[in-house]
Amino acid sequence: MIKHFLARQHLDQLFSVLSNAGYQVVGPTVKDNAIVFTELSHVEQLPWGRQEIAKPGHYQLTDTSTNRCFAWNTGPQGLKPWLFKPEQPLWQAEQTEQGLCFRQASIEAHPIAVIGLRGCDLAALKLQDQHFLQGPYPDPYYQAQREQLFIIAVNCAQSAETCFCVSTGDGPEATHSFDLVLDELEEGYLMGCGSEQGQAIFQQLTLGPQVSKDQLHTAQKQLADASQQQRQMPDEDSLLKLTENLEHPQWQDVADRCLACGNCTLVCPTCFCSKQESTSDIKLQQAEQVRLWDSCFSEQHGYIAGKLFRPEIRHRYRQWLLHKLANWQQQYGRSGCVGCGRCISWCPVGIDLVAEAQILVKGTPHEPTDR
Amino acid sequence: MPPSKLAIAIHKLTSCSGCQLAFLNQGVVLLDLLNKVEIKHFIEGGINNFSAEVDIAFVEGSISTPEDLERAQHIRQHSKLVVSIGACATSGGIQALRNLSDENWLQAVYAKPEFVSSLQHSTGVAEHIKVDFELWGCPITIQQMNHFIQQLLLGSKPKPSGEKLCMDCKRQQQVCVLVTQQAPCLGPVVRTGCGALCPTFGRACYGCFGPSEQPNCDSLANQFAGLGLVSVEVAQRFAAIHSHSQPFRDQFHRWQTIHAKEVE
Repeated sequence: MIKHFLARQHLDQLFSVLSNAGYQVVGPTVKDNAIVFTELSHVEQLPWGRQEIAKPGHYQLTDTSTNRCFAWNTGPQGLKPWLFKPEQPLWQAEQTEQGLCFRQASIEAHPIAVIGLRGCDLAALKLQDQHFLQGPYPDPYYQAQREQLFIIAVNCAQSAETCFCVSTGDGPEATHSFDLVLDELEEGYLMGCGSEQGQAIFQQLTLGPQVSKDQLHTAQKQLADASQQQRQMPDEDSLLKLTENLEHPQWQDVADRCLACGNCTLVCPTCFCSKQESTSDIKLQQAEQVRLWDSCFSEQHGYIAGKLFRPEIRHRYRQWLLHKLANWQQQYGRSGCVGCGRCISWCPVGIDLVAEAQILVKGTPHEPTDR
Repeated sequence: MPPSKLAIAIHKLTSCSGCQLAFLNQGVVLLDLLNKVEIKHFIEGGINNFSAEVDIAFVEGSISTPEDLERAQHIRQHSKLVVSIGACATSGGIQALRNLSDENWLQAVYAKPEFVSSLQHSTGVAEHIKVDFELWGCPITIQQMNHFIQQLLLGSKPKPSGEKLCMDCKRQQQVCVLVTQQAPCLGPVVRTGCGALCPTFGRACYGCFGPSEQPNCDSLANQFAGLGLVSVEVAQRFAAIHSHSQPFRDQFHRWQTIHAKEVE
């Protein structure tokens, strides 16, 4: 890929060019002590000089000594809520003189350009595309927004303590699904194109000549640095062994700690479970059906035909891990984990998915760890 | 088929009267509601007919006095369904904090304690009479109340929800205060219903809607201790609005015991 140089003072051009092309820019900003994706109107809103310290059950922002706006890795959410909305109206019904009248909820989507997505986020996008679009019944709400999505990815120049994308094969480099991709250097950005739409935006920017060998070398070195990660998810073949270890004592050990609060599944960029709720007005004239994010950790999620299929927390943690890491491989051709580490840092009690998986794939029952 | 208009009564035992406002605060919707229900007894709303026969009796307040107990039994005899509403009626309320104390506070607070007629413990209604449904919350919300009535009007059995607050909080994309601020948030063990009000304003949940389904209070309390709360503070986190609910009460006693050992 040919890359060109975009000086830091010209980053705001990217915003104005995207805006003129009809896109609402969505990107990272600091809100409530975290990096949060939101609608942005100018570059000053980006998290300049901020980085996260992410550990199991812990996330804090700190100042870096650099003048960078992508010195962080992840926030609590990536792209998921922009496509698979936490609360999605599906249909309304109304009592009329002719009887009950049903209407599909309107499909509202507008062009958005998301800046700052990482390799893990793009891998998650690919999996969500598979789930929501490639089955016999594509999801119209997801599809409408997906078709109006422009992506500016960023190659990671560092990894957080919770990152393990190298072991899942999804990072730290963004290699697919983007329109533009950036490497952030001290002096500015290296920009590459991944699509025709990307090319159209690219051509309107004040870019330097092709980048120098030194700059390319620096970008490569940053990726190499980001590849030095502390956690490694077992490989996919090993993860299949989880299905052979259904009675491993570690399931109970983790259940003693697990709150079954669902945080891991809701911050996971690939989890897609939902439930539906009905509401009506007090006159019983109008009703609405809404789809809500749900979690396999919720009791009612495993309630079928008068029976709770997964009555205990250990059953639910086992369901999550087995589905995500092993059964997805049959369902979607790969593990459902992209190595972003969100479930580790946003677990209120700091349960480490990778550490649990490493114990559970071994399959040799042992004394539960003392925690 | 359910009756076209439900006869209801709204009763009050020992409570602050705040949950009954779920009826009065509806605004114009109350007029629509009155086309569906007939209020037979509601002292706060000016209708006093304590012994009316009703389809549904909504009972606010805890069983805190001998009179509360008599009235609850009377209500049961005159109602097809009894629905306890609010923290007091479901788990004894704030006044149930006295259940946790061994000391005789009555002596300490009142000059003439013999004039005070109250039971030793403040408890939820279901500990004394059969309760058909419970609406948790301090206070309950208009939406919660109306959703419940709508389900009955449609002839379906109201679905209990014990979903955890975290689920609602994350759907609203609030940033977790436990993880970013190390705030002792009860969200992972508390049922949703308030719309994650406190976390939305950057504060830790303190449990107005009571224990959720399968609350793993042991693990959450351990985490609070890990975040630096001393054991008496951990105990106090669970001794607030729903201190008499079993999971919170157990946790309170657990950390009181740990605290007592530390003092020794």
